[in-house]
Amino acid sequence: MAKLKDLAAMEDRLVAGHGMCLGCGIPLIFKIILRATEDPLIIANATGCLEVCTTIFPRTSWNVTWIHSAFENAASTIAGVESMYKALKKKGRIPEDKKIKFLGVGGDGGTYDIGLQALSGAVERGHDIVYVCYDNNAYANTGGQRSSATPFGASATTSPEGAESPGKLQRRKDLTKILVAHNIPYVAQASPNRWQDLYKKAQKAFEIEGPAFLNVLCFCPTEWKYDESQGIRLAQTAIDTCVWPLYEVENGKYKINYIPKEKKPVLEWIKPQGRFRHLFKEENAWVLEEYQKQVDEDWEELNKLAKL
Amino acid sequence: MSTLKTLNGNQTIAEAVRQIDPDVLAAYPITPSTAIVETIAKFKADGLITGEFVCPESEHSAMSVCIGASSAGGRVMTATASQGLALMWEMLYIAAGLRLPIVAAIVNRSLSAPINIHGDHSDTMGARDSGWIQIYSENCQEAYDNFIQAFRIGEDLKVRTPVFVGLDGFIISHSLEVIQVEDDDKIKKFVGEYKPVYPLLDISRKMTVGPIDFTDYYFEHKRNQMEGIENAPSVIEAVGKEFGQKFGREYGFFEEYRMDDAELCIVVMSSAAGTCKDAVDELRSDGKRIGLLKPRIFRPFPYEKIAETLKKMKAVAVLDRSSSPGAFGAPLFTEVRSALYDYAERPYIVNYVYGLGGRDIKVEHFKEVALKLEKIAETGKVEETYGYINLRE
Repeated sequence: MAKLKDLAAMEDRLVAGHGMCLGCGIPLIFKIILRATEDPLIIANATGCLEVCTTIFPRTSWNVTWIHSAFENAASTIAGVESMYKALKKKGRIPEDKKIKFLGVGGDGGTYDIGLQALSGAVERGHDIVYVCYDNNAYANTGGQRSSATPFGASATTSPEGAESPGKLQRRKDLTKILVAHNIPYVAQASPNRWQDLYKKAQKAFEIEGPAFLNVLCFCPTEWKYDESQGIRLAQTAIDTCVWPLYEVENGKYKINYIPKEKKPVLEWIKPQGRFRHLFKEENAWVLEEYQKQVDEDWEELNKLAKL
Repeated sequence: MSTLKTLNGNQTIAEAVRQIDPDVLAAYPITPSTAIVETIAKFKADGLITGEFVCPESEHSAMSVCIGASSAGGRVMTATASQGLALMWEMLYIAAGLRLPIVAAIVNRSLSAPINIHGDHSDTMGARDSGWIQIYSENCQEAYDNFIQAFRIGEDLKVRTPVFVGLDGFIISHSLEVIQVEDDDKIKKFVGEYKPVYPLLDISRKMTVGPIDFTDYYFEHKRNQMEGIENAPSVIEAVGKEFGQKFGREYGFFEEYRMDDAELCIVVMSSAAGTCKDAVDELRSDGKRIGLLKPRIFRPFPYEKIAETLKKMKAVAVLDRSSSPGAFGAPLFTEVRSALYDYAERPYIVNYVYGLGGRDIKVEHFKEVALKLEKIAETGKVEETYGYINLRE
């Protein structure tokens, strides 16, 4: 078990001075993940909150080698860096014993949606990379448009609630399972409130040879519209309601990492968040019911998979 | 000893790739450049190249892999055509903006719609403002020679700019030609060791590459980027000369064919220039004072040199294998015409679009152009500044 004291003593690879919102989950997630390897690291970052807020020229918050090229291609960019590393090692221009880790990073926009193809391609090709998606359920960088990770019933600026709409009417895409279907060595879902679990998963992802994928729930006070001091509590509610189950799939074997003592109703996840406020209108009661049904189905299916 | 080999355009590029052996090769197959990618894959399978061959899921990712690999610090190439280049579009600007000397063989092909697999220059002409150096080839030999020189030009520390080497789809890519293939060691020596600049893989130095610029820096950074391509002419010239000294085939910005005492001139690039040479020969034997100017370098465009050559002409026809809807003429024409603007003494100049979607252009068509030029020179009247060749209307 990692000790918080030891982790705190490690050098920060993402340092203070960035412009992310008060209460944002992103810096917290990456401060944990970036401590999970002591090897030299190169990061390719998709366009998004993390990229924009950390690298406003001439300043940078990255105390580690970092590249941004575009929105949809963090996976193919890091695959290119990793390919050159392999090539130069083979050609003897990088010493054989030199170890470098490669990390691709994107939000749900850059990963679930516009970058899905590049990610699928990169992991299918078997590059020795780790890819982390910080899933804040929206295109937060551009002001809160819907993504395929936006929950059913949430209001987003391109799926707004209104007289004739209860918000987003489509079920969330299950990206983690899509990655599992690539038969890669390691896929996991994590959340920053369980930092030990997140840290261990990141460690495993870095250690494993071949592609590894982490999908991390990332609370976003700006777009979820809740009191910014409550992010960690909200993340706890996400795992207690099974809206965001914590699990990992290692070489095809499912393992649930957190089973709530008492599975809480989705309502508790919804209540504190302004993006769901309209669901309490009488005419939207069915949306709440439907959302609960979806969460129950997914949880049941995950439990079946974990028992296989 | 160099050897004569019978190769088509795609094979000549693949042969050059084998000899240069770049560190990372990332490409997605597309007609008519597929055979380049297949041949590279086979070279890798047979152990004839040592670089990493990456076969991404799209051209967008192919260029993204090239960008990651080139930033990491090594020699990188790709090949594509048409829609593939169009899909790379976003990344072309980023490769140039990050000053990455990636070399791309572009087997020039038309753009959809309608879908068409044959040769024209719509793909690279559409990318003319992307910041890449553009070199065009008349035949397989030139494709081979240009591709080799492209690495030296793009990687020069004063330039550090990505390079397209264009060869016409099917007409060159799939036509067999006997070409002079130089010795592997001589090509390796000519291209030389790759000199990385701020490589990501030098982890002793932590770097942030590709940060966001606001209004306070973007303009200066774009201006700095332009310096690279502005520095290219002297390098292109020196590399072309050195190539000539080493291998006996010297290259400049353009080729002049029978221009010595010419009064009329046809400006045309790539494979059509070969046909045009035949037409010029026939017209010359009929006593016509006509010549050909075949641009090789389109970006950076050799304004002064072209203008100095053309200013003394009576009439010039610029033939474009692409169009620019709504513009005052097609891309090559607008460049040539603009180059001549500052000269008090300048020729009449007209533009003809030809060969879209691979439509043939023959000797007789060039002769028709010559007739029109003669009439313009005689009468001093330009009836149509912009027209089409071999088109049913």
